Amino acid sequence: MNEVLTTPARVLVTKIGLDGHDRGSRIIAAFLRDAGMEVIYTNPWQKIDAVVKLAMEEDVDVVGISSLATDHLLVPKLMKALAEADLAHIRVVVGGIVPDEDEADLIASGVSKVFHPGAGREEIVETVDALAKAAAKDRPLD
Amino acid sequence: MNVVKKVTPADSDKSTAEDAKSWQANYDKMIGQDRTTRNRSGVAIEPLYYPENDPEGDYAQKLGFPGDGPTTRGIYPTMHRGRTWTQRQLIGLGRPEDFNERIKNILRSGASALSIIPCNSVYRGLDCDDVEPELLGTCGTVINSEEDMDISLRDIPIDEISIGLNDPSPFTMLAQMLVVAERRGIPWTKVTGTSNQSDYISHFVANHMFYRLSLPGARRVLLDTMTYCAEHVPNWNGLSVVGQHMQQAGATPAQAMGLTLSTAIQYAKDCQERGMDPDKFLQRFTFFFDISVSFFEEVAKFRAGRRIWNNLCKERFGATDPKAMRFKFHGQTSGCDLTRQQPLNNIARVTVQAMAGIFGGLQSLHTDGYDEVLSTPSEDSAKIAISTQNILKHEAHLVDVIDPLGGSYYVESLTDAMEEEILNVIAQIDAEGGMYKAVESGFVQQMIGASALEFQDQVDSGEQIVVGVNAYQEEEDAASRPVLERPAKEDMEAQIARLTKNKTDRDQAAFEKAMKNLREVAQSEDGNIFGAEIDAVRAGASQGEIIALLREELGFGQPLVVA
Repeated sequence: MNEVLTTPARVLVTKIGLDGHDRGSRIIAAFLRDAGMEVIYTNPWQKIDAVVKLAMEEDVDVVGISSLATDHLLVPKLMKALAEADLAHIRVVVGGIVPDEDEADLIASGVSKVFHPGAGREEIVETVDALAKAAAKDRPLD
Repeated sequence: MNVVKKVTPADSDKSTAEDAKSWQANYDKMIGQDRTTRNRSGVAIEPLYYPENDPEGDYAQKLGFPGDGPTTRGIYPTMHRGRTWTQRQLIGLGRPEDFNERIKNILRSGASALSIIPCNSVYRGLDCDDVEPELLGTCGTVINSEEDMDISLRDIPIDEISIGLNDPSPFTMLAQMLVVAERRGIPWTKVTGTSNQSDYISHFVANHMFYRLSLPGARRVLLDTMTYCAEHVPNWNGLSVVGQHMQQAGATPAQAMGLTLSTAIQYAKDCQERGMDPDKFLQRFTFFFDISVSFFEEVAKFRAGRRIWNNLCKERFGATDPKAMRFKFHGQTSGCDLTRQQPLNNIARVTVQAMAGIFGGLQSLHTDGYDEVLSTPSEDSAKIAISTQNILKHEAHLVDVIDPLGGSYYVESLTDAMEEEILNVIAQIDAEGGMYKAVESGFVQQMIGASALEFQDQVDSGEQIVVGVNAYQEEEDAASRPVLERPAKEDMEAQIARLTKNKTDRDQAAFEKAMKNLREVAQSEDGNIFGAEIDAVRAGASQGEIIALLREELGFGQPLVVA
């Protein structure tokens, strides 16, 4: 167990759907990497299947979805797809422009945390780190 | 430097009187009926203030009179004292019917031009029958076919109003609009406006939203379209060089201006290599910038940029017609400065941003809705954004005097300093072999990424205060936030059904023939892709079909640098 906890967190930072504004996802990727995490970064416009496949292959603890233009509406589909692939231990966070009335739906679908504009570096790093540790604990033993 | 001095006989040859006379003549010719302008205290307000004497020749060399010389003080002799600026609000939501209804409202509330923002699915080059349905129409209007364009522009006099299309390469929306004009019997010579998002280089730098084709493919289509428009749609601005994406992605204002001018240099070179005449094609260049809330920095950015561009046109491209040296630009208040916290504060931010753009001498302005950071702007917030412009014009009287900040010690010194920074960026890009190469190699992307991180660190450390975010925070009630408008599911189903019907009902033989021709033109070195595209639209091809075909032939755009 101790061994697991000292492994750096593995985080997939990506964007699903149609939008291509990627300043946010790039900054977050840099923050997490600077904090010592192993970051897998992709281009925008990933299909949900592709995200699930990558999350599995890269054995990540956390998936971070950046959404600035309503692409978060697809996140419940992603949550379902992760569960179907036996990856329910992976924690998912969403950051960007997420209206309050949508946030509740995301949380209900299993998203761990929604970051809004103005979220600080420290808060993001600490939250992702804690979620990664929780995910590592929950990971099914092979 | 710019202090009014008495003219003495000894240095009367250093007087600005001759230049002032020449400016006044141009001003009188252009202004028509001047406004009587007196403030409430009874003071008469002149259209322009300038030094009477210019002993070192600094004024003539660095500032000059509006519409002349280096054009630092503005590209027209009358500037906002005459024609103000185009109030161009970007909107797009839902179906073409929704857009049409909304644009008519916006025009009634004082907007003087229109701009169409398509749905993100359109930006990606996909038809509505080819994407996740819950995303359709949430960020822009779903326009896939000529019929969609026709409905969007129903009752809109497209021969009388300037139209901005957010229409990346290969410009399918322009093709659709030209076919709509043709069917309405409107000659293409009467169609005016701008292809926004025509600057493909900027899409590879910063806003990956917009590219659909590979870098070389997009290069060819842009040149084909500019050549085609020069001949057939002479009043259309086929190129809008965009600084907005770069600044939104984190470039500093000076970097954004430098990179934008470097991009324009690249396009001008490409046009020259095609044998086009700089005195002609440069007249169709326009610019599009972000206006941040850093007021004086933005004013100086625009004044310096205008001066540099004027010089570049003469020195690098040998332009001789003053019209070809005009730095015409549209400004959009920066969405990046807006905060989710205490969202009504954004109205104040937008006001300051708009003022910076106005004092910077813009030709066209979009003011953001205060709720843009929460969702696609609501109708109410779009109206407040337009009212903000009207208040600045009519109540604050910002349009009475040309370049009112000109001559301020601070503003002139800052303009010079920004000019130096901007020229430094241009020199770096020149050293990389020009903008095309500097983007191909990732040089520009790295420059911008570093600046973005630096700014974020300043906000995180509190060095840069953002009201409501890292200072002056308040507990807020989320329920007080505006409610979103999202298109109804049935509406989008109807939209998909309409496209399906379009695709089924068209003359399939004519469609096949036009698509085959488009493919052959794309495969060949010569032939004009844009002309072939218009034929395809006439034959009922959708934008998704055209783009898919061109992607096969010209390559699919992908980010050049990852993280």
